Amino acid sequence: MGVSALLATLFGPLLGSIAILFIHRDQTTAIKRTAMVISCVTFLLSLLMIPAFDASNTALQFVVNQPWIPALDAGFRLGVDGISLPLVLLTTLIMPIALLASYDSIGKSVKEYYALMLLLQFGMTGVFMAWDTFLFYVFWELILIPMYFIIGIWGGKDRIYAAIKFFLYTLVGSLLMLVAIVWLGLESQWAGHGFTADLTKLQQISSHVGFNIQQFLFWAFALSFLIKVPLFPLHTWLPDAHVQAPTAGSVILAGVLLKLGTYGLIRFNLGLFPQASVHFAEIISVFAVIGIVYGALVAMVQTDIKKLVAYSSVSHLGFVVLGIFSVTTEGVQGAVLQMVNHGISTPMLFLCVGVLYERRHTREIADYGGITKVMPRFAVLFAIAMFASVGLPGLNGFVGEFLTLLGAFKSQTLGSWTYAIISASGVIFAAVYLLWMFQRVMFGTNDNAENHHLRDLSRSEYWQLVPLALLAIWLGVNPKPLMNMSEKGVQAVVNWVQNPSTAAPTITVPTQAPHAAHSMNTHR
Amino acid sequence: MNIDFFGSLPLIVIWLALGAVGIAIQAFVRNNTRLIFGYYVATLVATAVLAIITAGHKSIAFNGMVALGGFSNYFDVLFCGAGLMTMMAARPYLQRENAEIDEFYTLLVSAVSGMMFMSHANNLLVLFVGVELMSISFYVMAGFLRTNSRSIEAGLKYFLLGAFASGFLVYGMALIYGATGSLQYDVIASHIATGQVNFPALLSIGAVLMAVALGFKVAAFPFHQWAPDVYEGAPSVVTAFMSTAGKAAAFASFIMVFAALMPHGNVLTPKLQNMLALVSAITMLIGNITAIAQTNVKRMLAYSSVAHAGYLLMGIVANSDQGSMAVVFYVTSYVFMQLGAFVVVGILERGNEQHLQISDYAGLAKRQPVLAFAMAVFMFALAGIPPLAGFFGKYLLFVSAIESGFLWLTLVAVLSSVISAYFYLGLIVKMYFSESQGHHEPNPAGMAGITLVVAATASIVLGLFTTQLLSVYGSW
Repeated sequence: MGVSALLATLFGPLLGSIAILFIHRDQTTAIKRTAMVISCVTFLLSLLMIPAFDASNTALQFVVNQPWIPALDAGFRLGVDGISLPLVLLTTLIMPIALLASYDSIGKSVKEYYALMLLLQFGMTGVFMAWDTFLFYVFWELILIPMYFIIGIWGGKDRIYAAIKFFLYTLVGSLLMLVAIVWLGLESQWAGHGFTADLTKLQQISSHVGFNIQQFLFWAFALSFLIKVPLFPLHTWLPDAHVQAPTAGSVILAGVLLKLGTYGLIRFNLGLFPQASVHFAEIISVFAVIGIVYGALVAMVQTDIKKLVAYSSVSHLGFVVLGIFSVTTEGVQGAVLQMVNHGISTPMLFLCVGVLYERRHTREIADYGGITKVMPRFAVLFAIAMFASVGLPGLNGFVGEFLTLLGAFKSQTLGSWTYAIISASGVIFAAVYLLWMFQRVMFGTNDNAENHHLRDLSRSEYWQLVPLALLAIWLGVNPKPLMNMSEKGVQAVVNWVQNPSTAAPTITVPTQAPHAAHSMNTHR
Repeated sequence: MNIDFFGSLPLIVIWLALGAVGIAIQAFVRNNTRLIFGYYVATLVATAVLAIITAGHKSIAFNGMVALGGFSNYFDVLFCGAGLMTMMAARPYLQRENAEIDEFYTLLVSAVSGMMFMSHANNLLVLFVGVELMSISFYVMAGFLRTNSRSIEAGLKYFLLGAFASGFLVYGMALIYGATGSLQYDVIASHIATGQVNFPALLSIGAVLMAVALGFKVAAFPFHQWAPDVYEGAPSVVTAFMSTAGKAAAFASFIMVFAALMPHGNVLTPKLQNMLALVSAITMLIGNITAIAQTNVKRMLAYSSVAHAGYLLMGIVANSDQGSMAVVFYVTSYVFMQLGAFVVVGILERGNEQHLQISDYAGLAKRQPVLAFAMAVFMFALAGIPPLAGFFGKYLLFVSAIESGFLWLTLVAVLSSVISAYFYLGLIVKMYFSESQGHHEPNPAGMAGITLVVAATASIVLGLFTTQLLSVYGSW
């Protein structure tokens, strides 16, 4: 059942995207409904993977392995483990919410919009599932095209600039990664195992690659991922993209797209280049810490709410990177949690900004004030989002951030408390800029006449925010199930990086994948 | 003299159809373009089918002059396919320009037969005949719009410079003959490999001159200067054909000639490789950087085609089976992507160089969603974004280049790919993100629609069939 659920989760959106192409462009309601139904069904189907998932097993599960280009040993190799499954679920969860958020706000070219959104989901899910470097790259780049159009067609005033900047920034990194992928395949050939794109085979040989080359390969992968994360000083595309993107675009961008980078760091950089990861942990962590503080400080002085939230992402993702390169179980576990939590709280914030923007068509903090009185229900949900993002204990943001700091504190790889101590200031700053923003927008006197009669949340907006808010509370109170899911996988990765010569490889597939071939046949 | 009739069927059919029957038809039936068009479509289809049938029949025939089967037949099919696609697009285009004269189709098929000579050549003289046959047809086709000064200029410019390049080709052949005592590829190869070379200096100069001449034909730096002017001035459908099939033919020759000239272990081989690598690197950078500054779509695509010659040279530089395979795959996908893009230009264009500016494409997605979609597919494919065809070719080229120790060249290719994304995206930005200025009635696409559907479909799905395509190439 797991394999079927996995394949349905991956291909459902693609089929939906194709189905939408066959609906006449004037039937916008039918298009919206189709997209919505597809994404909801995909979400439900993806949930089926949870009971079938064996958290005590570090190998990839629900493995599909079909040949594609035998000459290059590239194949349709799919599967999930404890690190990728939460992210797959996050993707399938965020998409229906993003689509719901587009219902009223997307007026032009509805057909193209929904087709592209589902195509985007196909790409993102694929990235988390692929254990074949070639396939991974194809999915990775596939994401660029729909996101480029979503920003460029449905975005704000400077959307063209933002779309091109997003595309080119990401492309620079990913093409370098392509070179590294090719090189890695050739390393396997030179080691006598034949050219391959199979990640499980590559992991066996990559830690034996000469250190000089390993350094080059490490950076080729890392740059691509760090641009996507984005780590300071590679972050400049993010505020532009966020501010110009439509609300749903920002939701996807913050919710899932940024995690592609941090996921890649764990899967490829830690997984393939353990020695280089340890070697460069300090330098990357320094930039992560700078990013945490810098992002927070810049967020503090923003006058535009959306920009503020965008910079808060730079800061929050810095914690994730710091956790990953602390190379401790706590740190990496915290990073995985923080990825999911950031993927819940930041989309909420963007949705809230969207709610305000929809009513007043401005995002300037100064234009608001005292909104609580006219929109009480909105105030509650906005507050939950804000506090989740601040990292208030009892809400989801706290656990992940705390663990990453703990990891950085204990880390022998980093070998210094300084990282944790400076980063902790980021938590305080986050409280400052978010609370201060909240206060200026929601409290005080409502003295702007235009703000006197704002509608409270509509039913649709309500349904966008409530599921995320409930999840934020639930994961804050009870993060255990999520931690259990990823714990073994995280431990294996950390072990692997600490002792690459003795530890078991982290990316493995069961030797027998009996139902894989069978189910591919039935699903084709 | 061994004549392999079965194996040479595709060649014989196209020669007879063109030389004997075609000319006769034209002599007796005046200005029945429909008949001539149908006749040559049938000729190309028959040739392609015969090329497929005889593909498995590998031999060297006509006293070592001609190679039959395999690789060469693969290219026959590609040339005929490109020829057919061009014919479909050309008919509505020429009718619109009031220039549909039946000689156009004769010239086109004669160019195809020249290309087939090139890919079947096993002897430098046959190669020369093929190059000339193709080029002379191109010179006339480039200047086909007799009332348009730009077209005439393109024809003349191409002719003068092309003639000059042919001089290099002959001179190079002469020197290689002097050095090795043969004009036959396999004999040249074995002489070089075993060191039976009379004057090593002659050989190296000869090889460089061959590279110059073929570099001219593929529009590689520093012999690319003609390409933008000629591609811009020539009728769009002619440009579509010249810049794709013509380049494919030149690369087929490039592969075969340089496989003979660069055997592994020879002292000259690494020097030639390095020279070609430098040419390749500068070609892609110059092509892509200059393309950014263009405001005319045709000129932009012309520079992009220069850049693609640079990418393709990576496979020649690699000097391996892997490299040749990469070139074959890339050139196949390139034919579809680039031809399609020029056909879109041809459909949107008006007489007297109208509607060729990038700004004329503003809001095209609203006015002409299908054309805009096709163009977007071609642009993304040319930029090498997966899962479109261009990416798979690029991947194969990267593999072959790195495998042969040319990491730096691959990094240059990466850099220039990023640069190229900028102007390919620029056109998409115009089409999709900008509002249209003024109202343009679209030209009816007519049969060019068939070309577009084929080209766009190929650009999208070719990548998924990489294995099949590579295995076809391998087994032939």
